[in-house]
Amino acid sequence: MTDNSPAPLAWPEQIFDILKRGGVRQVAYVPDAGHAQVIRRAHADPDMHAIVLTTEEEGVATCCGAWLGGERSVLLMQSSGVGNCINMMSLLQNCRFPFLTLITMRGEFAEFNPWQVPMSRATQPVLEAMGLTVMRVERQEDVADVVQAGLDAAFESGEPIAVLLSQRLIGRKKWVAKP
Amino acid sequence: MTNAPQEAMLDRRAVVRRLLAASPDALVVTGLGSAAYDVFAAGDRPENFYLWGAMGGAAAIGLGLALAQPSRSVLVITGDGEQLMGIGALATIAAQQPRNLSVVVLDNGHFAETGMQASHTRLGTNLIDVARACGISRCEAVTSLESVDRLGALVNARAGSLFARIPISADEVPRVLPPRDGTFLKNRLRGVLKLEPF
Repeated sequence: MTDNSPAPLAWPEQIFDILKRGGVRQVAYVPDAGHAQVIRRAHADPDMHAIVLTTEEEGVATCCGAWLGGERSVLLMQSSGVGNCINMMSLLQNCRFPFLTLITMRGEFAEFNPWQVPMSRATQPVLEAMGLTVMRVERQEDVADVVQAGLDAAFESGEPIAVLLSQRLIGRKKWVAKP
Repeated sequence: MTNAPQEAMLDRRAVVRRLLAASPDALVVTGLGSAAYDVFAAGDRPENFYLWGAMGGAAAIGLGLALAQPSRSVLVITGDGEQLMGIGALATIAAQQPRNLSVVVLDNGHFAETGMQASHTRLGTNLIDVARACGISRCEAVTSLESVDRLGALVNARAGSLFARIPISADEVPRVLPPRDGTFLKNRLRGVLKLEPF
């Protein structure tokens, strides 16, 4: 079988390394192209459970269950999934669960698909309304610093943290296959 | 057919008491509402994590806990309405197949907490078929109080992900209310596992 996956990018590799070194054992996700490399690495790592979800709110719940059992976890999703999580995030406040989610943004920079825009605009206000601290990365050179800060705040300080990975960072979605 | 008239409807409190007596070491996650009251009525214990909200989340919390604690039996006890809201979690569990996770649905075919409106299981949905079709390896239809002992043995065996449906009577039983402080419940369960509070 030929490997058609693109050459690895540096910043997703940095994210995976931070998760790995930070002791994250469960990686729950609804796939997004921006998370693809971290998802592949998580599946390949014998010390991690990569958990594909049917909806993002399941991941809020699995992350809380992981912490109940003493494991660190992360939820990977795109901005359109944040709305699916709202009520489940009441767990984070009521039980003061440490929580880390990394969110790839759509609908904010050179977006082709207007259906991505409303939830994109609501992403940060919704997260903040549910009590999460929101951090944001715009440039590749800031990825490692901000993701590490988010992981530390979640698991050392016990905060619920969302790190938004901007659409400009991730790059434009290609809608037409290259010739 | 689900909840067919000839089906024996068991007493929910008796079923839950017997199940917990048969699997005394299990870490228990309950769905909100009646399932939480049933588990609490059987005797409070630090291994119990009661939900008072987060509807649809019980099975997924159980999944995260089961993956983190493979040497412990994790038992999710919830109602049909709560499981229906988190129905996708059955597929997510099947994709992981933790050997130590059991999901037990107390099915009265109604939303008891909100005025006994009929749920989907009364209107045609068979949760055993759903769980089986999702790929959960072992799906059990419990039909008598006595067979709950066997279910408890399966919970203890940790021999594969398990889904069970128990038909229960829709009769209302007195509410007995577990603690509502989520942080307390979290740290209490972590204490059982020798984990620091946080």
